[in-house]
Amino acid sequence: MNDSPIQNIQWSQKTVVVEVGGDIDLHRSTMLQQGLLGLLDEQPSKVVVDLAAVPYMDSSGVASLVKLLSRTRTLGVKLVLLSPSPRVRSILEITRLDSVFTITDSKEEAMA
Amino acid sequence: MDTGAYSPGRVRADNHAGFMSESESMGKQLRMKIRSDPAQLGRVRGEVEAFARRAGLPEPAAGQVVLALDEALTNIIRHAYEGATDRPIEIDVSVRNGELGLVLRDYGKVIDRMKIRSRDLNDLRPGGLGVYIMNECMDGVEFTPAEGGGTRLTMTKTLPERERTNGPNDE
Repeated sequence: MNDSPIQNIQWSQKTVVVEVGGDIDLHRSTMLQQGLLGLLDEQPSKVVVDLAAVPYMDSSGVASLVKLLSRTRTLGVKLVLLSPSPRVRSILEITRLDSVFTITDSKEEAMA
Repeated sequence: MDTGAYSPGRVRADNHAGFMSESESMGKQLRMKIRSDPAQLGRVRGEVEAFARRAGLPEPAAGQVVLALDEALTNIIRHAYEGATDRPIEIDVSVRNGELGLVLRDYGKVIDRMKIRSRDLNDLRPGGLGVYIMNECMDGVEFTPAEGGGTRLTMTKTLPERERTNGPNDE
């Protein structure tokens, strides 16, 4: 059984869309972080992290996203979080990171 | 009290040694013993969320309880047990006096209070959010040194008025 949180990766020119799936907690957040940071080696201009299939995320998952944000800012890569579920959006709001990340429910907007 | 390593099959203790199952407690109490293994977190979240919903907690409060529990367990695994996956954690969830209460007991290193303070949210870096989230999600959060070593963490969430006055779980 593949327990990787990264379910699918699609490239469209220099934009990469990463579909994440399942609960992201201490058990799986390291795998997520490694997978996301590894994509930056391919030098995308934008990373879209599709969170629609993530029903739950804790602070370790949030930390992985913060690490990615920090790295993308350093590299000048755009980062968009796509379609976070209510609970994922809630932890982003609790930690006030909803105003730090670019978040949208529209894939068209995310890809633009 | 058993403070040793756990066998893989002994994830939850029911009906013996002072541990009570949900069915015995008529829904008023849920007790679990788990290993400090991150792979256990999903199952524990599921059981506690089901209990919280039966106690009358609606969304988003039930989700907040689950998140606070997860953050507390993550802190225990990371800091008290320094990543060891075979150490015991006891979880006691109950409904009492109009509140849902969670008590988490570990036998690990007692963390310096200064180290478990929340960090400044404006400091954009990974980590350091667990205690802040617990305080945001729960109405009460208290760390106390446990007799015999380790820490006892007590968290409470006030139940909705209807459940407090008429709820079947009220004592």
